[in-house]
Amino acid sequence: MSLLRTVELRKRFGALNACDGVNFAVEKGEFLSLVGSNGAGKTTLVNLITAHLEPDSGRILFEDRDITGLSVSQRIKAGIARSFQLVNLFDGLSVFDNVALAIFARDGKTAKIATLAANDDDVRRETREVLAEFGLAAKGELSAGELAQGERKLLDVAVAYALRPNLLFLDEPTSGVSSAEKAQIMDTVSSVVRSGAVTAVVIEHDMDVVFRYSDRIVMMHEGAFLADGPPDAIRANETVASILLGISSPT
Amino acid sequence: MKAAAIALPRSQTGLWSYAAAALGVAVLAAVPEFVGLYQTQLLTYGLIMAIAALGFNLLLGYTGLLSFGHSAYFGLGAYTVAFLLQWLGIHSMEFYILLGLPVAAIVSALFGYICVRHTRIFFGILTLALSQVLYSLALKFFWVTGGTDGLRVPRPTLLAGMIDFAGSGGFPRFIRSYYYYVLGVFVLSAAIMWVIVHSPFGKALQAIRDNEIRARFLGLRIRRFRWAAFLLSGTFTALAGILWVPLNGLTTPDVLYWPFSGEIVFMTLLGGFRNFSGPIVGGIVFTFLKTYAVASTEYWQLLLGSVLVVLILLLPTGIVGALSQLAKRVWATKEGRT
Repeated sequence: MSLLRTVELRKRFGALNACDGVNFAVEKGEFLSLVGSNGAGKTTLVNLITAHLEPDSGRILFEDRDITGLSVSQRIKAGIARSFQLVNLFDGLSVFDNVALAIFARDGKTAKIATLAANDDDVRRETREVLAEFGLAAKGELSAGELAQGERKLLDVAVAYALRPNLLFLDEPTSGVSSAEKAQIMDTVSSVVRSGAVTAVVIEHDMDVVFRYSDRIVMMHEGAFLADGPPDAIRANETVASILLGISSPT
Repeated sequence: MKAAAIALPRSQTGLWSYAAAALGVAVLAAVPEFVGLYQTQLLTYGLIMAIAALGFNLLLGYTGLLSFGHSAYFGLGAYTVAFLLQWLGIHSMEFYILLGLPVAAIVSALFGYICVRHTRIFFGILTLALSQVLYSLALKFFWVTGGTDGLRVPRPTLLAGMIDFAGSGGFPRFIRSYYYYVLGVFVLSAAIMWVIVHSPFGKALQAIRDNEIRARFLGLRIRRFRWAAFLLSGTFTALAGILWVPLNGLTTPDVLYWPFSGEIVFMTLLGGFRNFSGPIVGGIVFTFLKTYAVASTEYWQLLLGSVLVVLILLLPTGIVGALSQLAKRVWATKEGRT
């Protein structure tokens, strides 16, 4: 049984077929990379699965339950979380509160109006743990807007991770940072995700990163799947290579 | 060790703000001993405006919604008191508050339900339009509301009838007693608002203000939070209206009219909407500023307008924002030297 399955998922934007009858399966515990050139439909697929977009047709099954009609908050409750390509943080809140809020939200504590957030010892402890796992323990007091780009990317993942999802989508966790930082971020993210036994789907452009960290790689092109396999098989696949290098397009 | 390092600065800033609040209350409590009746009365108005602006700022500063119709809730509080007196013959301040707040909460919930379906300019226009509906009602249904003459509200009894102000010397006694009464309600309101904005609920509001999409992807139901914030905000501002009307002795449609909504926005910006205490400082300073501007020149609107322009250009974070930046800079240079 796959953790997540999509059945003939379709989404069109005018003439553009962003998601063309995709049958996508994610197995429990894997670290999967979704690759492909710009406009291949990677983010659209993630948006459809996380209810950021509504599909034109098709179904989404999570833990064998049809979640196609569920709202964003219901899907999060079911255990699907995501981060964003462009950093999406609460810049006016402290780094600490960014993560704490995810925990409050997860535990259904955000309706609490008569107690101070800082007095919830359970949430404080867990927030500290999450920040430490992501190497942000010393930055808790800063406001999220004051962090450097690499740290912001990590915090973005940390906020999604703090929801303790079963399935975590990371949309380009290393975009916009230097190559040196990329490895550092991916080391942290993959070790946290693996130690927390979270299934992760990562959208990534940097193929070095992809080959190094993934259990499986799925390649998208023009709204459909082009290749699917372990890193070695993908590396050996000539069609993949030609598309990634932009030499020709298989039409 | 690491945990302590995180916890320490947080509790220290907390301690400082509690100390500052205690000092502020002590100063406010002592003021009537040193100033005349008129100044005491002005400061009472100032504290009332501070409550109104605190309520308003829950929406602007903490939820990121600019209401341009908060006169509606202030006026609602004032007119509810007048009706309680007229229809039910109630003279007790406590009853005004206890019966006025639920009325305000219901109307705020209703108006809020409509307004929070939109954000930004559309939200602002809706709040403005709804406030003008109440204004027209107060103006046109003169057999109920007294029209432009308004409704008189004489001095009520305080503390369940234990203090009344009948007989000679009632006015000065009322001004002094009412100052402390309002101060008490103000301190309580500010404390409640402080807890609200520092609660998990308040943090969620700030998250929604900063990044609506991300907040939705934490599973927060945005509209519900905005609605709850609107309800609380309207009710707080209505409380200010309830306290205001016995002091003014009269309520007229002016408190429902849009320029008064503008004044609430003004005082909040003046104090600074990014700081908890900004609206408090703004409410008090604005009250004195406007009173003295009106008294000193017939071009007082020009004067206030200039203040607003200077404020936006030079002090976008308001008085409190500018002072705290200054304090931070001084602190930083001191730290740098040692």
